[in-house]
This record gives sequence, structure tokens and C-alpha cells, in this order.
Amino acid sequence: MSMNSLYLTVPLAPLAGALLAGLFGRAIGRTGSHVVTILGVAIALVASFFIAQDVFAGHEFNGDVYTWIATEGVAMHVGFLIDPLTVTMMLVVTFVSLMVHIYTIGYMHEDPGYQRFFSYISLFTFSMLMLVMSNNFLQLFFGWEAVGLVSYLLIGFWYTRPTAIYANLKAFLVNRVGDFGFLLGIGLVLAYFGTLDYATVFSQAPAMAGRSIELVSGSPVSLMTAICLLLFVGAMGKSAQMPLHVWLPDSMEGPTPISALIHAATMVTAGIFMVSRMSPLFELSETARSVILVIGGSTAFFMALLGLVQNDIKRVVAYSTLSQLGYMTVALGASAYPVAIFHLGTHAFFKALLFLAAGSVIHAMHHEQDMRHMGGLRKYMPITYWTSLMGSLALAGIPPFAGFFSKDAIIEAVGASDIAGSGYAYAAVLAGVFVTAFYSFRMLFMTFHGKPRMDDHTREHLHESPWVITVPLVLLAIPSVVAGMVFVEPMLVGQYFGHSIVILPQDDALHELKEEWHGVAGFVLHGLQSLPFWLAIAGIAMAAAFYLKWTRLPGLVQDMMGSIPTLLRNNYYFDRFNEVFFAAGARCLGQGLWKVGDVFLIDGALVNGSARLVGKLSERIRRFQTGYIYHYAFVMIFGVFVLMSLWFVRV
Amino acid sequence: MNFTPPLLAPAYPEIFLLMALSALLLLDLVVPDNRRFLTYAYSQLALVATGVLLVGGATGHVFSTFGGMFLDDPLARSLKVVALLAMALVLAYSRTYNQRHGLFRGEFYVLTLFALLGIMVMISANHFLVLYLGLELLSLSTCALIALQRDSSVATEAAMKYFVLAALASGLLLYGLSMLYGATGSLYMPQVANAIASGVADPAILVLGLVTRRAGLSFKLGVVPFHMWVPDVYEGAPTAVTLFVSTVPKIAAFAFFVRMLVGTLSPMVSDWQSMLVIVSVLSMLVGNVTAIAQTNVKRMLAYSTISHMGFLLLGILSGTVGGFAAAMFYVVAYVLMSLGAFGLILLLGREGFEVNSLDDLKGLNKRSPWYAFMMLLVMISMAGIPVSVGFFAKLSVLSAVLDAGMTWLVVFAVLMSLIGAFYYLRVIKLMYMDEPSDISPLVAEADHRILMGLNGMAILVLGIVPQPLIDLCMFSVTRSLGSG
Repeated sequence: MSMNSLYLTVPLAPLAGALLAGLFGRAIGRTGSHVVTILGVAIALVASFFIAQDVFAGHEFNGDVYTWIATEGVAMHVGFLIDPLTVTMMLVVTFVSLMVHIYTIGYMHEDPGYQRFFSYISLFTFSMLMLVMSNNFLQLFFGWEAVGLVSYLLIGFWYTRPTAIYANLKAFLVNRVGDFGFLLGIGLVLAYFGTLDYATVFSQAPAMAGRSIELVSGSPVSLMTAICLLLFVGAMGKSAQMPLHVWLPDSMEGPTPISALIHAATMVTAGIFMVSRMSPLFELSETARSVILVIGGSTAFFMALLGLVQNDIKRVVAYSTLSQLGYMTVALGASAYPVAIFHLGTHAFFKALLFLAAGSVIHAMHHEQDMRHMGGLRKYMPITYWTSLMGSLALAGIPPFAGFFSKDAIIEAVGASDIAGSGYAYAAVLAGVFVTAFYSFRMLFMTFHGKPRMDDHTREHLHESPWVITVPLVLLAIPSVVAGMVFVEPMLVGQYFGHSIVILPQDDALHELKEEWHGVAGFVLHGLQSLPFWLAIAGIAMAAAFYLKWTRLPGLVQDMMGSIPTLLRNNYYFDRFNEVFFAAGARCLGQGLWKVGDVFLIDGALVNGSARLVGKLSERIRRFQTGYIYHYAFVMIFGVFVLMSLWFVRV
Repeated sequence: MNFTPPLLAPAYPEIFLLMALSALLLLDLVVPDNRRFLTYAYSQLALVATGVLLVGGATGHVFSTFGGMFLDDPLARSLKVVALLAMALVLAYSRTYNQRHGLFRGEFYVLTLFALLGIMVMISANHFLVLYLGLELLSLSTCALIALQRDSSVATEAAMKYFVLAALASGLLLYGLSMLYGATGSLYMPQVANAIASGVADPAILVLGLVTRRAGLSFKLGVVPFHMWVPDVYEGAPTAVTLFVSTVPKIAAFAFFVRMLVGTLSPMVSDWQSMLVIVSVLSMLVGNVTAIAQTNVKRMLAYSTISHMGFLLLGILSGTVGGFAAAMFYVVAYVLMSLGAFGLILLLGREGFEVNSLDDLKGLNKRSPWYAFMMLLVMISMAGIPVSVGFFAKLSVLSAVLDAGMTWLVVFAVLMSLIGAFYYLRVIKLMYMDEPSDISPLVAEADHRILMGLNGMAILVLGIVPQPLIDLCMFSVTRSLGSG
């Protein structure tokens, strides 16, 4: 089998699974559906492994598979760019997807939409793979929109629930804002580079660095800054950065497996991946990176705070996802793209783990999600507990768990960066460490420790989840523990990414880290003596104090804080603002345009008016057709006469 | 004095068709009325054999024979193939109709095949008299075809109108030819071209000849102001004949327009270009606007044809090789669409009943979703909506005009096709949203059903992958006219 067909296999195998389960789901039944989809994703995973081996043996690939449209100016292709960055994403996506597929068998086994669900998640896997494997902006955009579509379908999977419909509409609309920016960015690229091919654009980019354009006449903007900021707006929508983050918490209305797959591990990281892929462009605009730092820092800290006041177990994990995405974004701003991808990978494992563990708890609790009605689950669900503990330790950044390495590297990189906004971002991510440790252990303690607070009926039925649920948990726990140790050296210090990520020497925030590198053990030792570690320990200790020892303390603290908890519970009033300003405002504007613009002007005057005019004209002309042959002959002769006279006058 | 026999190979298809026709005349005498299917099958067979000769003998090079009067080039070959295909479809679609309406007679087949022979001769003409010969063969056969139902007063009236007006048009054409002969001293197209290019010809006489000759040819295309016969003939003639009149002759007219204007009159490009602009604008305006007021579906399609011919002229008047290729694409697309539309109308007719009113299409979707869908394809294609061949046809002629720098004309044409969309969409609305007055399901013979399906699919498929057809048009035009 040649490599090219192997590349094709990776996205097409899940697609085939999705089509089979989606179109013939009824015929092949429940078992048939999960067998074909799991098989598809498993094939993709195995193929990705082979490709990864090949890539790290030095065989990168960049080529087109199919030409969709070729016009004079632009050719649009479907093509693959296979390099270390791509295969990393391919492995993460297919692995997490496979785990989620298996988990779904147990989680959704009672759901009437079983086959539909499998079809969707396989379709998602296909779309995400097309996104990461693309070698051009158009296919990137296709994948970008396709994952958005599947996300929309899955958030509204239980479409009879009004809240689910509200949530998927919200996700759709907010992403539209981001995608609009993204599309404009791609448009700018096409306008100035004349191509959508990555390699060509990247090679021409340095020559374009000095160019500026006038978006508003009289005020020139650097072309690169404009392109990068517009592309980043797209990333803000997909990766839920403030202020476009509002859709992600609501997306928890969807079934838990997709919260793990789409809204934690893969799709939301598409923005991070995209910026890393575009590193040759982003390196050319310091302004854009400053903006990225500030937005990422704000998201990292303020979204972590929101995690403190949530009682819905899934929402805590959701806000933690937002905050962790902020960390990755900060790394991008600091030009530490490898670190961002590193954290993306480790986060994908431990966050998928936490979500699936939360799902396991929810499943056992008969779809109860409120942590105030849980507690003491440790002894009923040991596997879920231990895996959750590992996930939480990774999230909090305790060595030697995976999250420690990537998070510490981010903090180091931001500290080393000296562009505008890096000071603010450094403070934000540092403070975020404490908050993260606090809320993640608050969740762990409230769920698994303390006295059981559920009703007797639920308690009697408590039991560990079936193997299809626990096996993925265990399989995800393994990389959550070891992925950091294994990959920290090649990814951060070595030449893991090769030429797939470009960092200018003067921006290289990892430079210091590389110079002082004394092996993994040295990195851990160094971490143990640094501030972030102690902040994390303090956060865990405080969570233990609040929720294990003195359980009345949280109430007292809340009372002392005044209006701050209310502010947090209302998500800083972002939703309220959007509803009042954008939603109501847009409705008002729409109403006005409809009444005046459409009904009166367009329909009344233009459309019906011109239609009446044409109708009258038609009646007139029709009368020429008298049916008399001498009239017809006359018209012909007259026509010849007129043309002849016209030309004789001219000649 | 010695005599060298002319090279016959380039004209084999025509010669074969003529012999097959003569045999058909004899055959028809001995075939009893209840075995008339034999005549039909024989005619189709003759078409297929002619087609095989055409395709088999295609070389991709330019030949002329009969002392240079007859031209065989890729343009002629491909247009003839299209004409043959269209003719085969015409015969297939009209078979059932003819049986029901007492037209299933040898005359129908003899006359249509003679008309086809005329068309093929026109396509290959390299001498104005050969052109005239083909044209008259076509005109007279058509006239007889229209009058085939000789006890129908409407048909006789239509035939009378066609005959008189065609005679007038022929007169004008001959008049123009005599001017040309007077000015250049030859009727061979290449010699005429040389004479004009060298400047020995008197421009006044040339222009006079140009106007009258163009008038004669415009009659065949049916463009304003030579269009008056079109609605009356479309309505009056038996639908099977309308199907023929609206499709195959347009191919010949296109071929000849291109040959005359490009091959011989290219030095006078500015003259004929502005003449064609006037005619094309008028055709699009009159065709589209008048079609709106029609309640008779055949008349509506007649006006729609007029506007399509206006669009076709747009491609020709751009005066570039790309424009001619676009016009060729347009004519092929138009023939496909027209075949589909009339094919369906033929199908809707029953014993002693012809579909005339637009209301007869009401609720077609309930009676037969498949045919309604085919008609839907035809209508969106005629309106020029994407994913249909009509879209690319319009797009290519418009971009040719745009390249020629006449932006206002493009804007006008787009506006006109917007108006046109109204009456095409009305048909779709009638078929899909109104209640049928007659709920009997449509019954059709298998061949008609399959061919209708292929026809509709061709419209769709060429709308998705137009490139092969575009390439063919480009190849034919550049090979045949590129040097001229």
C-alpha cells in the first residue's frame, strides 16, 4: 500500500463508517453501527501510527489529491500536508475519538438515537482529520465549518429539549462571528498572495511583512497584522476565547461523550492548531501576538474563576476547558507554538478523561449532574475515582503528571517573552494555577469524598460503570500520566516539529528553557522549587480545607465576598449583555428593515412595481402579434429598411 | 479537356443519407399501415449509420471537395453529430404522438430526413449557392411538415405563413447574394473573403448585401424582427413538428452565421457586430417580456426560443474564437433543453388532445414526480440557474461579451434573463404547488421514458461537469476558424 493511499485512508475510513451508520443505520442495527464506526476510526488510528513512523523517519508529504476547481486565477485543491505537527494532531484526534466511540457504547446504550450518534461522531472525526491534514486554506475552512456543523448537530442531539436547541443555536451564532473573521482573513490571504496553498503563502510571507493596507482610508494597517488578527478571530470563535466563549458552557447540553471529544479534546483546539500551523504568518506580526497574549491570559484566569462557583459537574469541567484553552492561547502569543501543541495534546488526554469520568458518574447517578447531590462515590466507583484523581492531578499541574510539564513550560515561556502584554499574561496564568488546582479538587472532593448526599433510591443502585466505559478511562489515564514525561524533551527541546513550526530567533521564548535543560528529572526538580507548584499545592490544600474539613467555610466566604459570587454565577453578565444588546438590538434592526426596507421599499416599490411594469410592457408587445401575414412581412421589411438606413447614414 | 471526379470521402455521410432516403421512399410504398414501425426503425437505423460514418471519418483536419464548394472540418463534423443526435431524439419522442395523431406515416420520416440533409449541407457549405440549396431543402421540407395535418386549419395557416415568410426571407438572401457577387465577383467564401480584405469591393454594396443576407438567415434563427412566424408556427404545427422546428434547424443557422461572418466578412467586423447587437437586444427584450403574457405553453416556449437566440447571438457578436465556442456551447445546450421541454409536452398529449395551456401542467408532480423533475431541470436550465447546463451556456456567452468590452450589454442580458426566470419558475410553481385538474398518471413507452431521463440527466451532468463539452466546442472552433 503506497503512502498516498494510506493518507487517504485516514479521513475516508471514518467517513465510510459515518455514511454506513447514518444512511443504513436502521438496516445494520445498533451493533452493526458501532462496529462499522469503531472499525473506521480504529483503521484511521492504525494508519496514523504508520504515517507517524514514516514522518519521523524523515518522509514528509505535501501534495494535492484532487483538483476541485481550476480557474484562471486560483486553483482549489484537496490536498494533504503531512508533517510532525499534522501527525501529532492525527494521533490525538483518532486516539481520543476511538476512546469516545467505545465509551459511547455504554453511555448511550439506552438512547433511541444510537445509530445517529455514532454516525455524527464518525463524521466529526472525518471533518477534524480533513482540517488538520489540509495543505491549503480552503480545505482548512471546509474542515473548520464541517466540525462546526457536527458540533451544532451534537449539541442539539436531544432535539426535543428546548435548552439543547437554545444551546446549539447559540453555539452556531457565536461561531458565525468567529468564522466571519476567519473567512475575511482567508480572503485577505487570497487577495494579496493570489493562492490558498500553505507552502506558497508561507514562502511569500516574509516578502509581504512590510506591506500595509488601508482598511479605512487614511489609516494604514500592516497587512500581516490584519491577516493574523482576522484569522485569530476565527480561532477565538472555535477555541472559545473571551468574548466569544459564551457558547462553550452551554454546549454541555449535548451528550457527555461529545463534550469530551468535541468540546474539550479536539474541535475547540482547532483554533490553537490553526495558529500554530500559521506560525510563519503570526511570527511576522508582533501586534497580533500581543492581542493573543492578552485575550488568552484573560480567558485563562477569568474563566478559571467561574469554575469555582459551578455546581454542575459538567460545567466545572467546561469552564476548566475554557481556562486551559486560554493557557494554550497564551503560549501561542508568546511564540511558544510547540508548547501550545504540547499542552493541547496532554490536555486532550486528561480533559477527555475528566469528561468521560464525569459522564461515568452522571450515568451512575441516573443523569443527575449537580455535585451537591453527590459525595462519597469513591467506594462505589473505584475505577472512576482513581482515574479522575489522575486527571485532576494532571489538570492541577502536579509533577510528574502530564499537565505539569506542559503548563510549566507555558508559564516559563510567557515569563521569558518580552512583547507587550506578556507581563499581564504571566500574572494571569500564574494566578490561574492556584484557581485551577482549587476548583478541580473542589470537584473531586464534592463528588467522591465526604458524606453521600443523594437520595436512598439512587444510592441503592450505585455501581461501577460497565467495562466499555471504564476501559477508555483507564486507557486515557495512561497518557494523562506519562505523556508529559515522554514528550517533553523531544517537543520542547528537540527537533520534534522540524520545519512545520516557524519561530523567529528573536521571539524564541523557549530559548532559555533549552539552554538550561538538564533532562526530565532536572525539569521536575526545578518545577518543585518554583512558584507554580506551590500555588497548585496551596489550591489543593485550600480545597481540602473547604470541602473536606470545614464544610461550612465556603458559605461564610461567599457572604464575605459581597457581590462577586453573583457576578461569577452570571458569567460576568456576558450572556445578559449579548441578549440585551445583540439579540434584542438585532431583532429591533431586523424589524425596522423588514417593515420599511423590505415590505415598503423592496416589495412594494421595486419588486411589485417592476413586475407590474414588465407585465404592462408584455401586454403591449403582445398586440404586435396580430396573426396577419402582411403585418409579419411588413415587420420584416421594415426591419431590413431600418438597419439599412442606419448603416447608410454611417457609411 | 479532362474530368477528375471529385473527392467523395468528405461527403460520405450526406451521400449515404441521401441514398438511405431514396430507399426509404421505396420501402414506404410496400410497408402496410399496420407495420409502420418498420419505417420508424429504418429511419433511426439510417441516422445511426450516418452517425457512424460521421464519427468514423472524423480526422480533425479541414478538407474541401466538389471544387471547394463543400467543406469538411471539425466544426461541421461535431455540429452534424449534434444534429443527428437531436434528430434521433425528435423521432423517438414523436413516435407515440404520431401514432395517436395519425402522423405515423412515411411522409413524416421522409420529410424530416430531407430537412436533416438540408441542414447537413448548410453546415458544410463553402459556397453561397450550396448554402442556398441546403436552406431551400430545409425550408420546403419544414413547410410540408407543418402542413402534414392538412385538414387542420391551424396547421395549414401556420404552414402558409411559414411558406410566404420563408419565401420572402429567401428572396432577401438571394438579393444579398447577388450584391455580394456584384461586389466581389465570386460566391466562393474564401474568394469573397480575399476580395473584401484586399479592398477592391465597394463598401456600400457590401453593406447592403450584408443587411439583406443577414435578414435571410435571421429568419431561420427567428430573431427580432424576423421572429413573427415563430409563435404562430410553434402553436399551429403538430407538436412533433414543433419539436423538430425548434431544435435541429438552429444548429444549421448557427453554423452558417459563424461561417459567413467569420469566414468571409471578418474585415467588416465592426459593421456586423453592431447590427447583431441591435438584433440581439431586441430579441432578448421581446422574447422574454412577451413570454410572460402567454398562457399557451407552446407560444411561451416560442418566445423563450426567441430570447435564447438573442443570447446565442451575443456569443457570435463578441467576434472572438472564445465567443464562437461559447455560442456553439449555447446552441448545443439550447437544443438539449428544447428537446426536453417539447418531449414532455408530447408526452402529456393524449389521443385527440394536445397540451396547449400552461394549466395542463398543473400538479404534474402529483401525477408523475419523475417527469415533473425532468421538466424542473429543463426549466432551471432555461432560466440559467446553476447546476444546469443552461447556466454555463449563459455564463460563457456573457463572459465572451464581457471580454469584448460591452459591459452594458452584459448587464442588459442579465436583467433580461431575470425577467425570463419569472415564466420558467411559473412552470415549476404550476407543476409542484398547484392541484392537478386531471389526476390520471402519465403512461409512456419505455424508450420515451429512458430517453427523457437521459435528456434530463444530460442537462444536469453537463451542468456539473461542463468541461468536456466546452473543450469540444473550443476544439471545433479553433481548428476550423482559428486560421481563418
